[in-house]
Amino acid sequence: MENLLQIVIYFPLFAVIAVLLARKEEWIKWIALTATSITFFLSLPLIFNFDISQSHIPQYLTEGPSILSGFDVKYLIGLDGLSLLLFMLTTLFGPIVVLSSWTSIKKHLKGYYSMLLLLQTASLGVFASLDLVVFYVFFELSLIPMYFLIGIWGSTDRIQATVKFFIYTMVGSLIMLVALLYLGFYAGGIHPEFSFVSDWRYIAGPEVQIGLVEQTWMFLAFALAFCIKVPLFPFHTWLPYAHTEAPTAGSVVLAAIMLKVGTYGLLRFTMPVFPNAFMEFAPWLAVLAVIGIIYGALVAMVQKDVKRLVAYSSVSHLGFVVLGIFAFNTVAVQGAIIQMINHGLSTGALFLIVGMIYDRRHTRLIKDFGGIATVVPVFAVMFMIATLSSIGLPGLNGFIGEFLILNGTFFSELYDNAAFAVIGALGVILAAVYMLWMYQRVMFGPIKHEENKTLKDLNLREVGLLLPLVLFMVWIGIRSEDFTRYSEVWVEHYIEETKDKSVAVLQNTRGEDLPDWTARIYELDSEGLSDTEWVYKD
Amino acid sequence: MDLSTALVCLIIGLPLAGFFINGVLGLISSSYRENKPLIGTIANVAVFAPFLIALYLFFNHSADASAVVVTLFTWIDVGTLTVDIAYRIDQLSLLMVLVVTGVGAFIHLYSIGYMGHDPGYWKFFAYLNLFIFAMLNLVMGNNLLLLFLGWEGVGLCSYLLIGFWYKDMAKSDAAKKAFIYNRVGDFAFLIGMFMVFQTVGSLDFDVILGNLEAFSSEYLFWIGLLFFIGATGKSAQIPLFVWLPDAMAGPTSVSALIHAATMVTSGIYLITRLSEMYVLSPEVMLIVSVIGGLTAIVAATIALTQNDIKRVLAYSTVSQLGYMFLALGAGGFTAAMFHVVTHAFFKACLFLGSGSVIHTMEHVGEKLKKEGKEVDFDPQDIRFMGGLRKSMPSTYKTFLIATIAIAGIPPLAGFFSKDEILMHAFSAGLGEYAGSLYMILWGVGIATAFLTAFYMFRLTFSTFHGKFKLPEKVKEASGAESHLHESPVSMTLPLWVLAVASVIGGFMGIPNFVVETFTGQTANINLLHPWLDTIAADYPIVMGKAVEWLLMGLAVAIAAGAVWIAWKMYGEGRVEESDAVVTAKTGVFYKVWQEKYNFDEFYEALVVRPVVRFSDRVLAVFDMKVVDGFVNAVGGTVRLFGSLIRYVQSGVISSYALYLVIGVILVMAMMLS
Repeated sequence: MENLLQIVIYFPLFAVIAVLLARKEEWIKWIALTATSITFFLSLPLIFNFDISQSHIPQYLTEGPSILSGFDVKYLIGLDGLSLLLFMLTTLFGPIVVLSSWTSIKKHLKGYYSMLLLLQTASLGVFASLDLVVFYVFFELSLIPMYFLIGIWGSTDRIQATVKFFIYTMVGSLIMLVALLYLGFYAGGIHPEFSFVSDWRYIAGPEVQIGLVEQTWMFLAFALAFCIKVPLFPFHTWLPYAHTEAPTAGSVVLAAIMLKVGTYGLLRFTMPVFPNAFMEFAPWLAVLAVIGIIYGALVAMVQKDVKRLVAYSSVSHLGFVVLGIFAFNTVAVQGAIIQMINHGLSTGALFLIVGMIYDRRHTRLIKDFGGIATVVPVFAVMFMIATLSSIGLPGLNGFIGEFLILNGTFFSELYDNAAFAVIGALGVILAAVYMLWMYQRVMFGPIKHEENKTLKDLNLREVGLLLPLVLFMVWIGIRSEDFTRYSEVWVEHYIEETKDKSVAVLQNTRGEDLPDWTARIYELDSEGLSDTEWVYKD
Repeated sequence: MDLSTALVCLIIGLPLAGFFINGVLGLISSSYRENKPLIGTIANVAVFAPFLIALYLFFNHSADASAVVVTLFTWIDVGTLTVDIAYRIDQLSLLMVLVVTGVGAFIHLYSIGYMGHDPGYWKFFAYLNLFIFAMLNLVMGNNLLLLFLGWEGVGLCSYLLIGFWYKDMAKSDAAKKAFIYNRVGDFAFLIGMFMVFQTVGSLDFDVILGNLEAFSSEYLFWIGLLFFIGATGKSAQIPLFVWLPDAMAGPTSVSALIHAATMVTSGIYLITRLSEMYVLSPEVMLIVSVIGGLTAIVAATIALTQNDIKRVLAYSTVSQLGYMFLALGAGGFTAAMFHVVTHAFFKACLFLGSGSVIHTMEHVGEKLKKEGKEVDFDPQDIRFMGGLRKSMPSTYKTFLIATIAIAGIPPLAGFFSKDEILMHAFSAGLGEYAGSLYMILWGVGIATAFLTAFYMFRLTFSTFHGKFKLPEKVKEASGAESHLHESPVSMTLPLWVLAVASVIGGFMGIPNFVVETFTGQTANINLLHPWLDTIAADYPIVMGKAVEWLLMGLAVAIAAGAVWIAWKMYGEGRVEESDAVVTAKTGVFYKVWQEKYNFDEFYEALVVRPVVRFSDRVLAVFDMKVVDGFVNAVGGTVRLFGSLIRYVQSGVISSYALYLVIGVILVMAMMLS
């Protein structure tokens, strides 16, 4: 099984060689499709053989030797309850994005499909790597193909968009790199053998208890990098540019997978590693998340370009995810995890759909459409389902995530304020407003433009690539338990451990000479203990 | 699988299957779309069969039997939150299932004729089946979340069906409006569920109602209020009722099914379901009554001034729903459910009758156009109607029966249910808590009863009595009366079924005291009270028989008086002349009513426009100029530094040597100081 995991991750990479060697242009997309499909089918045993009762322990582990002597930096790959579903989502989207590019990409096919395949390997690697350095390598590796996808195959303002996307993400990840190195050495200071440790299992484990000062700085560095990636308000402005200018496949991968790296990173790295900082800053991040929910929705409402609208809706939706993560209870965190998948499905589908209509009309402006529901009935149905999933209609997937997040937020002890859930829930109303308004202006009313009267409805390829997404929207919507069970143990285990660790850290700081600001942030009294009493009660 | 599981699966599953068959096949196959008999048959079977099953379950369920819960599978299982897809068969859900599938079935039958010429026939029936499925989830769900699934599901179907003729932007506007106003209510519903879950750790009705002592009085108030706000959205009460009149943009059978008989009564169902919780918070009960009473009279006054046959009925629905909430808040849960049932009969009958009329009027318009006459008239405007009773006898008779029923004339259905509501309001008025307020509400109820009888007979007389006014008003339309015709049997049969139900439907709820007075013995003729006894936490009625008779007599007198006045004014179908008289008599009020109290304009000016403008002109600009501007400024500063430093990095070795020397001197200076 561990070999299978390796094969799944690197299969697309090897397919790049085949793409580069392909002698005929038509072969290229078939190679890409075959490779991503095989990757998907090969990944299925990973979910069937996954031990749900042990989901907090990484499975299918591959552990290489340490690269440097004295440094515990090693190739460490495996899947646990947090990463499994995101990993599967990535393999699912592989063939879908290849199919979505089938006819719309006409130039530099070799380069294009190599980049898609490379991106696939990089994204899979991000979710499977359990060594911080390896994670960082994959994290950065995924930027490069995306950079070229937007920069070469994007629309008119692609250069500006790609530069902004690249530099913005880069700034965050460089700051994270500094923190990551510091963290490695800090953990090395605790470890009996090595002077530098980047094994996530060790760092997230109970031994590595980081002092409040160091926790704060490292938390902020990691959180900044991930919040840019999410993106959380106010770090979101690269997103509308990147999404609007990217080719369809780029937008889809960006929305469905790459944005999840941010929220995934928040859960994997900031929660169990910096427990005290995580808890103390939670309400502040929740404030940003709630602002993002409302702000993203309001700005989405007045967009004139469908793609930008969907991009801003992502800001709103991912605000929910961040809100759920920092609510720090099983219900909300589980909601956040399933909502990552949901957002991938629904926003991925929306970008695919926008791409399909763009291929036909070469415009994304709402005013260029209107009344096309009669002309393209199948398209209308698919678009409606994706819209309903996005606005959280019960029975479809989006509702499950939003309901769990808001419900958990409502009784979150960290927030201790119903306002977060109440204001967040306003986003549910606004989602209906901006999505249905957009849908109406695009699909309903009389046909205003002559060109729209002859639009072709979806062909089999397009229906086929949307159907799996629809299937999962419904499946998660009515049997969410089939999906949430993979992360249940992980979430419960790490919430408990984070709580315990935060108590231990506070007890260690007793009598330590801390700077004044820590006393304010962590509300320490003269004895060095906090008032976060809820931690002690079970 | 035991029998009840199988039957529940069939009840729920058949409408869903109908939706999928007609929806998917219709979408992909054009020959299937043409096969209208098959489509209609599938859709009708998918509702009639559940109706028959529900009847079977009804006759096999005694009044004191406990609820049968059928759990299908786990929906959500996260941490402490577990929610099953589980259905509940008990007295209340059975009553609602019978109404939904029964009235629903005949409306499906009616739609075969009514929608027969529509190219979206398959889609219409698919949506209608989906609606039945969602509505059954709403009334049979064993927990709040499954109820909510149905709750939003019916909202979706309502959206799809209001906007069924989406090429008309106004119609799709109405659809969107309905969905969004409902979402506002749903927002409150969601928060209410969070509070429930926080308190009892479950959303199952049994757990909630079994642990009422766990709720603080503050929570009882808020939860009750939040669910009620949810209900004001779905059941069209002040302040969220404005979507319902616009919802008449949908096909008329939709108005009958969704916007009169079933969906809009969901709020009443919800509160009855949670009645044991509601009675613990008298403040919320009072709020429910006040909002209900206010809505009843506000909508009734608006109905008085409308000329669109469907809009009159729409406002009448809002008003009657207000009546039901008035009853709920006065502790008359059974009375409210009683009115839900009778109202489903007569209002569905009225809507279908109006559909029959509109159908004919449209037909007249088409015929005239074929004759080459340039006619342009609104087929729903009663000012062009009149005298239709001669050409449409079945429609006329059934419409008249339903009108008598809604007006509260004994012994038709509406009389008994309305009387019981008024009785409860009066009884609450005698109570200790806010007695005078309830007494005022009783007065409002009486006034509304008067208005109801008046505007309903105005509508009936203007439509069916007097002379056909289209040829008079539109010159080109001469000879139009020859095109008037009665609707086909598939449409008149449901009308007759519902008319009969409107006549006899009230007998299930005859007050016991009526029989007791005559026989002198304790009677048990009322069927509804014992049936809902275990669920509805009714306040007892504290009045002597004499008072009850007196109130009943008063109600009848008021209604009869209103009918008499309406007959005098509109009996000859002179709608405009008599409206002028009403306008003159009521003066400035009439204008307010005619303008519907300007609720829409108020929301538009206070919420919609400011939010859109703020988002467009402030937030979107802020996002680009300030948030992104800051990012660009940071980038720009870095680039500026970079370009300055670039001069330093000239690549000329001699200048590097110079920097080296300067550096050494600086270090030396620092060390020496």
